[in-house]
Amino acid sequence: MKKLLVSPSPHIHGKDNTKSLMRDVVIALLPTVAVSIYCFGLSALKLALVGVLACVAVEYVIAKFMLKTKVTICDYSAVITGLLLALNVPINTPWWVVVIGSIVAIGVAKMTFGGLGQNLFNPALVGRVFLLISFPVIMTDWSTPESTFGFAFDGVSGATPLGIVKEGLAQGMTLSQIYAEHNFSYAQMLFTRIGSAGEISAIALLLGFVYLLVRRVIRPHITLSIWGTVFVFSGILWLCNPEQFTDPIFNLLTGGMLLGSIFMATDYVTSPMEPKGMVIFGIGIGIITILIREFGAYPEGISFAILIMNATVPLINMFCKPKRFGKEAK
Amino acid sequence: MSTTIIFTVASLSVLGLLLAVVLYFVAQKFKVEEDPRIDIVEAIMPGANCGGCGQAGCRAFAEACTKADNLDSLFCPVGGNATMKKVADALGFEVAEKAPMVAVVRCNGTCENRPKTNVYDGAVSCAVKAALYSGDTGCKYGCVGCGDCVKACNFGALSMDPATGLPVVDEEKCAACGACVKACPKAVIELRNKGPKGRRVFVSCVSQDKGAVARKACKAACIGCGKCAKVCPFEAIKVENNVAYIDFNKCKLCTKCVAECPTGAIHKVNFPVKPAAPAAPAAPAAEKPAENNNNQEK
Amino acid sequence: MKTFSIGGVHPHDSKISANAAIESFPIPEVAYISMGQHLGAPAEPIVAPGDKVKVGQLIANANGFISAPVHSSVSGTVKGIEIIKDLAGNPCKAVVIEVEGDEWVETIDRSEEIAREIKLDSKEIIEKIKECGVVGLGGATFPTNVKLSPPPGKKAEFLIINGAECEPYLTSDYRVLLEMPEQVLIGAAIMMKALNVTQGFVGIEENKPEAIRIMTEKAKAYPQIKIVSLKKKYPQGGEKQLIDAVVGRKVPSMGLPIDTGAVVQNVGTALAVYEAVQKNKPLFEGIMTITGECCPQQKNYKHRVGTPLSKMIESVGGVPEAAAKAISGGPMMGKAIANLDAPTLKGSSSVLFLTEEQTKRQPESNCIRCGKCIEACPMGLEPYLLNKLAKAGRMDDLEAGKIYDCIECGCCLYTCPAYIPLLDNIRLAKANVMKIMRSRPKK
Repeated sequence: MKKLLVSPSPHIHGKDNTKSLMRDVVIALLPTVAVSIYCFGLSALKLALVGVLACVAVEYVIAKFMLKTKVTICDYSAVITGLLLALNVPINTPWWVVVIGSIVAIGVAKMTFGGLGQNLFNPALVGRVFLLISFPVIMTDWSTPESTFGFAFDGVSGATPLGIVKEGLAQGMTLSQIYAEHNFSYAQMLFTRIGSAGEISAIALLLGFVYLLVRRVIRPHITLSIWGTVFVFSGILWLCNPEQFTDPIFNLLTGGMLLGSIFMATDYVTSPMEPKGMVIFGIGIGIITILIREFGAYPEGISFAILIMNATVPLINMFCKPKRFGKEAK
Repeated sequence: MSTTIIFTVASLSVLGLLLAVVLYFVAQKFKVEEDPRIDIVEAIMPGANCGGCGQAGCRAFAEACTKADNLDSLFCPVGGNATMKKVADALGFEVAEKAPMVAVVRCNGTCENRPKTNVYDGAVSCAVKAALYSGDTGCKYGCVGCGDCVKACNFGALSMDPATGLPVVDEEKCAACGACVKACPKAVIELRNKGPKGRRVFVSCVSQDKGAVARKACKAACIGCGKCAKVCPFEAIKVENNVAYIDFNKCKLCTKCVAECPTGAIHKVNFPVKPAAPAAPAAPAAEKPAENNNNQEK
Repeated sequence: MKTFSIGGVHPHDSKISANAAIESFPIPEVAYISMGQHLGAPAEPIVAPGDKVKVGQLIANANGFISAPVHSSVSGTVKGIEIIKDLAGNPCKAVVIEVEGDEWVETIDRSEEIAREIKLDSKEIIEKIKECGVVGLGGATFPTNVKLSPPPGKKAEFLIINGAECEPYLTSDYRVLLEMPEQVLIGAAIMMKALNVTQGFVGIEENKPEAIRIMTEKAKAYPQIKIVSLKKKYPQGGEKQLIDAVVGRKVPSMGLPIDTGAVVQNVGTALAVYEAVQKNKPLFEGIMTITGECCPQQKNYKHRVGTPLSKMIESVGGVPEAAAKAISGGPMMGKAIANLDAPTLKGSSSVLFLTEEQTKRQPESNCIRCGKCIEACPMGLEPYLLNKLAKAGRMDDLEAGKIYDCIECGCCLYTCPAYIPLLDNIRLAKANVMKIMRSRPKK
């Protein structure tokens, strides 16, 4: 007779697993990748491929030959890290710089902690910040590649809106002067502007956000609280001095704000697990981002903000407990 | 410039001196009186902090030793007699030698002897499995084979044998701390006298099922027939709840019971291979261990 | 639409046996009536081998306050009092009866007529329920009479009949609601009288519109009983969740339902109470679903307690070829059957066959800290943390994490994308923590 299985309950399992969740994140990133290819041509595709392949290869080598554990490259987590890293660097970044970023991202930020689920900091961001500090020139060269097909950019080149604003303010210009000189408009910010591949289209990123929410891959708390904090905090500053501080909409749509708040801050492993904690985490990121943008030396601060808040996640998880059932009675 | 440096150095030195004085008096006031012998004894301990002595760790054991009137109830199974001798010397006690112990797995339920009746699919944990049901074989008393004892062992002395599905004790490494005994939900593992030259005889079964039931579930089960108890010249064997048990303090290792046992449930280990009783039904299995480096006869 | 406030999951419905009307299962040749059919101390047999028994005759007395008597489900000769194996393979005591004919005790009213008038008073009702060995049929098999007698100082305010049947596949309660709606309502009315309360609710999940329609129709004659339709969500049928869903009160941590003034009884229990009080029929029959996609026939059987499961499985053509696991109960909280020869019990609700694809556990991988277990836990616990603490053996922290509040619903394991056996470890740690808590001197 056939031997039956015996196990404790439950005997069925939901359809989600690590692989399917990670795959959904990759799918949510595809519109952004598509737009970047449309705008920047094959060099965007090349960057994405280099990032993904390098991350997967690094993870495979480390897991197989150094840690000698089960190889987990099939769970798409390294693919996400590679994609995010590629979307985070300027389009003209040489391929070997991306490979170095991948080695740092996977090798240092992920595998040294014990692989998937164990890392404290978001690997892609660690890779990006490492590159930003190590190769400042390459990492801030926003000129468009020559092989661009599709359409050309109008007006600005060589610097992102955030960079232009920072530089202009440093030269003693007022914001209205800067805006007038560079012909900024919100419509332009929603789609196609200068920046890394992952920053150019707000619409594609929002599409990914909606997909993640519909598939219940992430909960909206972190992203929305970042947006809310950025809006309120920069709004207060803007009301205090509209010539010195950029307005809230500008802050929400420029730089890596959307990419960071939708895809990086919501990374399962490095974000809090409970709604209250998620909100605190998001508020922290929002405040630090605006502080860096408005008062710091760098034009963009969300990468640093997320990394700083990553460090607080264990603490947040310890203090933010879910609402227990039936706590209030007696 | 130079005045700044001098001033800084001077002020810091004065501050340091002041704080040192304060610290000295505070340390005097809140001094914890501790028997200095605790440190001495702790230095003798193996430092495994395994808890095999029944204390929280090596320091707790050292403390207990210094407070005790004699060392009769205190024994470090890891360090054994040598360590206890040193402890006794350090504290000025007399200590009686204790026979060294070793963990013994009392189950014959190899995949061959004990056919599976279902397939367990839950968390790999003996405790979880044992709490869930009677197990994936017909025997509810034997080893459930998820390796909780292996995880519990601090000395790497236990390993699962994939061929038999049972844990194997490495006698060299086993410190007889008893962690595996506590971890085993079925009480299959027991600490027994290591015996002269490591020779010992034990009933490798804990099944309390009645003979026929036990035998149906496992070919090498103790069926509680009592033949071993009758043949034992030293009254070392007792049969209770359908299972025989050999008192290792009474057993003189004559191995008559091994030959008598109809199912081969009684094992002898570390005996020279040659005189293995030819009449014993367990004989075919008894030849195997010679080349096995775990030198346990089955 | 009402539902409980925290957590929960949405497993696929799979009520494929919903349209199979209840059939009587043939009486077996030999019945194995277990003495441990309820929560608490096993019953004490009062028959001896060779005794002749009738259907409904008392064969074992309750053994303590939390215990229940057991009645014979068949007529015939007692063959012996034997140790048999239950469905987990553990030994248990059972009265084995060789069946001869089908002769019932005369006092049982076997007419089909519905007895609407409740003649007994509160005390007599509870006594009757106790005598008839009625236990909760929602899974825990807690003696019903104990539940209907609130401890001193506690006052029941309302009765909730649990018709949620939130577990996938199970349809026995649904069939009872469809085929015997009035009996259930009378049973509810009887228990309300016993509890001396004037408010009753029947909570039914919205995926059973037909049951809601029929019950609403019949409940017109019982103005004190309200039919509440609930949003479909597991574990709605958990006592604490159901009270939250129906009346919005939350049972305090470590508390009992009665602390909110609620008494919850299952649909099957209401029917058993009706039969016991109005028809003088002890609990010796039950409704069981035999189902599963791989099962060629879907059945809802009325069975005599003590029928070997294997007999019932044979009636649908034996264990299906594709089946990898047989489960007694639902797929979320049911027990996997290790011994198919085990007899049915009062509380048996189903035999469910799942294929390997449906039920085989995937290999465990690293926790990715997604927080889905926290989102799913209906008690607001942190299963990932409890699992880690359990593995580290940190009993104090487990207690601080309220592991004792776990209702073992399985939502955490169901939802875990890394297939970590969260509940397996938590269940064991919970038992250990509760043992420590009980061993403490009471303040």
